[in-house]
Formats: sequence, structure tokens, C-alpha cells
Amino acid sequence: MSERLDVRKTYKLFIGGAFPRSESGRSYVVNDAKGRFWANAALASRKDARDAVVAARNAQPGWAGRTGYNRGQVLYRVAELLEGRRGQFVAEVSRGEGLSTRKAEAVVDASIDRWVWYAGWTDKVAQVLGNANPVAGPYFNLSTPEPTGVVAVVAPQDSSLLGLVSVAAPVVATGSTVVVLASETAPLPAITLAEVLATSDLPGGVVNMLTGRAAEVAPWLATHADVNAIDLTGVGDADLAGDLEADAAGTLKRVRRPAGAKTADWTDGPGTDRLGWTMEIKTVWHPMGV
Amino acid sequence: MTGPMSFDYAPAPESRSVVDLRSSYGLFIDGKFADPADARSFKTVNPATEEVLAEVGEAGPADVDRAVTAARRAYTKVWGPMPGRERAKYLFRIARIVQERSRELAVAETLDNGKPIRESRDSDLPLVAAWFFYYAGWADKLEHAGLGADPRPLGVAGQVIPWNFPLMMLAWKIAPALACGNTVVLKPAETTPLTALLFADVCRQADLPPGVVNIVTGAGATGQALVEHPDVDKVAFTGSTPVGRQIARAVAGSTKRVTLELGGKAANVVFDDAPLDQAVEGIVNGIFFNQGHVCCAGSRLLVQENVHDEVLERLKRRMATLRVGDPLDKNTDVGAINSAEQLARIRALTDVGDAEGAERWSAPCELPAHGYWFAPTLFTGVSQAHRIAREEIFGPVLSVLTFRTPHEAVAKANNTPYGLSAGVWTEKGSRILWMAERLRAGVVWANTFNQFDPASPFGGYRESGYGREGGRQGLAGYLA
Repeated sequence: MSERLDVRKTYKLFIGGAFPRSESGRSYVVNDAKGRFWANAALASRKDARDAVVAARNAQPGWAGRTGYNRGQVLYRVAELLEGRRGQFVAEVSRGEGLSTRKAEAVVDASIDRWVWYAGWTDKVAQVLGNANPVAGPYFNLSTPEPTGVVAVVAPQDSSLLGLVSVAAPVVATGSTVVVLASETAPLPAITLAEVLATSDLPGGVVNMLTGRAAEVAPWLATHADVNAIDLTGVGDADLAGDLEADAAGTLKRVRRPAGAKTADWTDGPGTDRLGWTMEIKTVWHPMGV
Repeated sequence: MTGPMSFDYAPAPESRSVVDLRSSYGLFIDGKFADPADARSFKTVNPATEEVLAEVGEAGPADVDRAVTAARRAYTKVWGPMPGRERAKYLFRIARIVQERSRELAVAETLDNGKPIRESRDSDLPLVAAWFFYYAGWADKLEHAGLGADPRPLGVAGQVIPWNFPLMMLAWKIAPALACGNTVVLKPAETTPLTALLFADVCRQADLPPGVVNIVTGAGATGQALVEHPDVDKVAFTGSTPVGRQIARAVAGSTKRVTLELGGKAANVVFDDAPLDQAVEGIVNGIFFNQGHVCCAGSRLLVQENVHDEVLERLKRRMATLRVGDPLDKNTDVGAINSAEQLARIRALTDVGDAEGAERWSAPCELPAHGYWFAPTLFTGVSQAHRIAREEIFGPVLSVLTFRTPHEAVAKANNTPYGLSAGVWTEKGSRILWMAERLRAGVVWANTFNQFDPASPFGGYRESGYGREGGRQGLAGYLA
């Protein structure tokens, strides 16, 4: 009896809820942690980045217009579906990052719990970052955080799933939409995560996933006038990070700088650090009087 | 066409087949159902038909002690030490199971309580799931709640809840308690124990560790045994102000923490610039929602004198369209009064209203032959001294008073020992905020009424109790 040949997956981009190939027709070789060929991932172009921003912008008002409660349910649903595909992610993370199965399981479990963590924040962040202000006059004065809009994220290079979830989930939890540039060397879990997102209740365009080279794609995102904020966490090259920050200054994007030489331990508790930076505080005044 | 058209509504009953009630229920202690030590029981009836729904165990002091012991053990060994992240996932599971079984729970609630299926299905059950969902999210975020750097659970919570929103009150009590790491012994109301007993099965399906949630059914004596049990660290009570006072006395001098959500006599203030049709809907919702069995009901209508006649005319016209009857019928607006005892109390107080000289008007409606019923009713010509303006009727009865100026409205609205809620109807935003600043009430609804959300704190000033349920503030009552 001949051994059955496995059917391999084509890894494509995730834009506006669909899985297109790169419009450039390009791909690049992704090897596993042992240096063996794994797949040809799509090599995203300027046009792909711009398409992703359009999709994110189109999805943003509707997503921000959902109640926090509803966004929380959607994010929790992502955790549910991720749990159902736990084995697949363990295998991918293990193969791509060279982790033992036990370590990969811990990473995947933490990734699932991270969605749950942020699912819980959707209807609480305003209660922690907003407040009534006791101004010295007969005015009602209330400050509430609102999502900034479209956020571009260069995901961590070394943590292909947990790092990615840790940077993308807080952005969408608070009502912004996101264009993620996945880890350059280990992009495949990002695309498999996109399959989870596509079958959860997350509207198309809320999360868009690109695979490719940060040095090529990130500048287009940093200069794009319809991107409100950019997270440079996954930019390892300090010169490139500086250039991207300078590019972002053109439209005064909110910039999150890379952590620097210190390697982030993504298994650490996430805290609230990543909730506020993509939010704008809006303060409303209203007179009080008969 | 002359005269108004009359519509006959075909019956549209919700099916009872989604609920599978057992003929008898024991107490839910340490993850198992068990009969009370002295085998005492009582019957719970459908107030719309007087049909017996089930026989329910009556917990005595020995049973309460077993429940508290189980809760203590679960607190010490399992739930207290468990990371918040894991507690959260149990609560998310419960929220999901409630969503999955919501129709069954809604029908059971309507059978046992008498409230319209429209309300149990569209209001109670969605809020129950939402409450667990919201507090699930807090379980691993307590240090971010602004209640101290290292918030700790209190231990065992003894919780006593009323019959007006049985499962919703359970959710308001259990969700924050568990999120904060406490374990609970909960006593549902004597007349509405069933959904709490079904909730025990929700806990089982969620694999909640035994002893984290214990349900002891019974009447006042059971509640008293729970509140006074020496190993209870926290007492949470929702119910009448007289019982709340007894509890406050009973725990005086102990180390027990207490939160109380008690009665109310809310003013619903309508200014002459209010959108009157919208206000009339709000008045109707304020007092006839859930047959007026609502502690925050807008039971005192304060209407500006120059629009009194117009408001009353529109209000009566609207009240005449309310459909009173079979709570399981999807078209029903007003269901059954929860018990014969409560019906007697409503009748007694409304008789006092007549005797003190107020003018009674009831909506013309046919009431079913069996069960406990009271037609939607209002009294005009009510003064602040009348008992129907001062005492909580807890039924579908509205007392109408008038005012001329905003200052007079505030003075009259605050002329009560209660302070749970208030309503303001006006198109002028600055006046809403001016009123809200002066109304001595824990919740102020402007151009709306009876809004509830797990993210929003709820609770009273003065003799409406202390502590808040809901929101970030709702955690405070369960943390040291």
C-alpha cells in the first residue's frame, strides 16, 4: 500500500475578510526552524498594503460603532475557535519557532487566554481610562476614550503567534481596525490565525494580515495618510525604526517605538499598556442649569 | 369610520415544552442536590394559574450550615487560590451556557414569576448573560479597578434575593462575587426558586468546582439563618427596606461586610417642554414594567401643572391599550402579580388611596378568572402626605402629583426616605443635568427609564440601601 501524500496549504494574505494572493504575484520562501522548506508565502507589495488600509478604514466605523459588549463577545468567540484548533497551532508554532511540543502548547494556551483577556477589556476600558472631571463651574464634564481609527502594526519577529496576538488584539478590542505585517521569518501562524478570524464573528477588514518584508512594506504604511497610528514593535533595525517614525510624523501618526535591545517576554502578563495608546480622549462639556 | 377600531389578538403562547421541571427539588450544596435535613418542603406555584409547579426543599439552620461549610471549603481550597484568569473562564462558560439555554430559562422564569415572556425573554435573560460576561472580564483585572493595588476576596458571601427578577438578581449577586474570588450561598425568594435551581445545572454543565455556588431555598427563616451564620464574611441582600434594616441590625458589631439594595419610591418628573408621547411611554414603562414589581419603579409621577391634563389624557389612552393576561403569551404587556400575599398588599394600599381622597382610575381590561391579577391603575389628586405617595406599593399603581417650578420638582422628588432612582423628562440638556445634580437618587434616567446594564452601577441613597451593583463600583462590595 502506498503512503498517502498530504495536501499542503497555500498561504495567502488576509485583506477585507478575503484571502487574496499578493497582487504583485510575488512570493518568498519560508523555512521551518530547522531550515527546511515549508511554504511559499505571499510577498506583500505597496498595493497590498494600500488595499489593506482601505479595507481597515471601511470596516472601522462599523466596528467602533458596535457596543463594547458586542466586541467582547466577538473576541471571546475568536478564543473559542482558537481553542478548537489548538492542535494545529501547536504544530505550526512548534515547527516554525523550533519549540518543543510542551513549550508550543504553553504559547498557544497563552495566545488563547490573551484573546479572553482583551475580550474582557472591551466594555471596561472606558471605565479605567475615562472619568468625570470636577471642573470649577456649573458644567458636566466627562472624558471618554475613543478608538483612533486605523492602526498599522509590525508584529514581533520572534513570537509568531503569541507576540502577534499580543499586539493586534488590544487594537481591535478598543474599536480600531488593524493592518498587521506578520513576522517576516515565521509568518505562517498569522495566516492560520486569519482563518480563525475569518470564521469567527469578526467583520471582514477589522484585522488584515500581510506577509512580507518590513523594510519594503512598513514605509508605505508609515507614510499612508489614512493610517492613524503605527506600532513598530517588530522592527528590529533601529535605523529603519527611526526612519519609519520620521515618516509617520508627516501625518502625525501615533507611534509606538520598538522595545529596543531588550527582547520582550510575551508570556508576561499583558497589563493595560497596549490599550490606551490607540485611543483618543474626548472630553464633553455641557452646562448645568434650569 | 366612527369610533376607534378594536383589534382582537389571536393567542400567541410561547411553548412550555422547552422546560422540563422536576416534581421536586432539593437543596444544591457542594455540587449536589440533597434533601433538607428535616425533609421540610414547600410548593411553588404559577401565579397566573395557581398551578403547583414543583415542591422545593426548605433549608433549616443545619442545611445552611452545610452550605456555608461547603462554600468555605471551596473558597479555601479551590476558588480563592485560583488565578483570576481561570476564574474568568468559568464565568465566561456560565455566560455562554445561559445564552444557549436562554429560552428555557425565560419560560421557567415566566412560569414561576408571572412576568410576561416578552420581558423574561428580551430583558431578564439577556441581562443575566451580560452580567456574567461583564464580570467574567473583571476576574483577572481586579488590580486595574482602582480599588487598591492588591484587592483580595472576602471569603464566603451569603446572598438573599427577591422574587421580582429572580434569575437577574442571582446574576447581579453571583457574577461579581465569583469574579472577585468569593464563594457563595444564595437563597432565592420563597415564591420564585425555580430558575435558581435550574442555574445549579448551568454550574454543573460549566464544571464549576463543587461548593463555589450553593443554592438554599426557603423563606425568611432560611435567609435569616444564612445572614446570621458566623462563618459568612459578606451579606448581600436585595429586598424590602424593613428586612434590610433587620439585616443591618443583625450584623451590627460583627466583621461582616454588607450591601443592601432596598425599596424605592422613585419620582418620574415630566416638564412641560418634554416630548410628551415619548414621556408617556416612559411613564408606562416606568411603572407597569414587570407589573410594577420593581424597586426602582417610577411610582410617583411629578408632572408640571400646565401639562397635567394633556399628559393624563395621553397616559390613560395608552394604558387602555396595555394587554393584561397570560404571561406566556408573546403579546402580553402586563402579567400576573407574583403572589396572593403581594396582591393583598397592593389592594390594601390602593384602598387607603381611595380612603385618603385620591381619585382612582384603572385601565379597562378583563382579568383572568384564576391567578393573581391587578389592572394597571393610577391615582390623581395625590398629595405628598398620602400613603400612596410615600409607601412602596410594588405593584402596577401610579400616584400622580404636580409641580410648578424646577425647584419645587426637586423638593417633592426628594421628599421621601428612599433614594434609588429618578426620571427626568425635558428637551433641555442643561436642565437634565441641573436636576440630576440635585436629585438624591443612585440612578437618574433622563428621557428614558428602567435602563440596566452590567457596566452601569445601580443602587440607592438613604433608605434604599447602600453599595452598588454593576460597573467597576460593583466589585467594591466583594473585595477587601
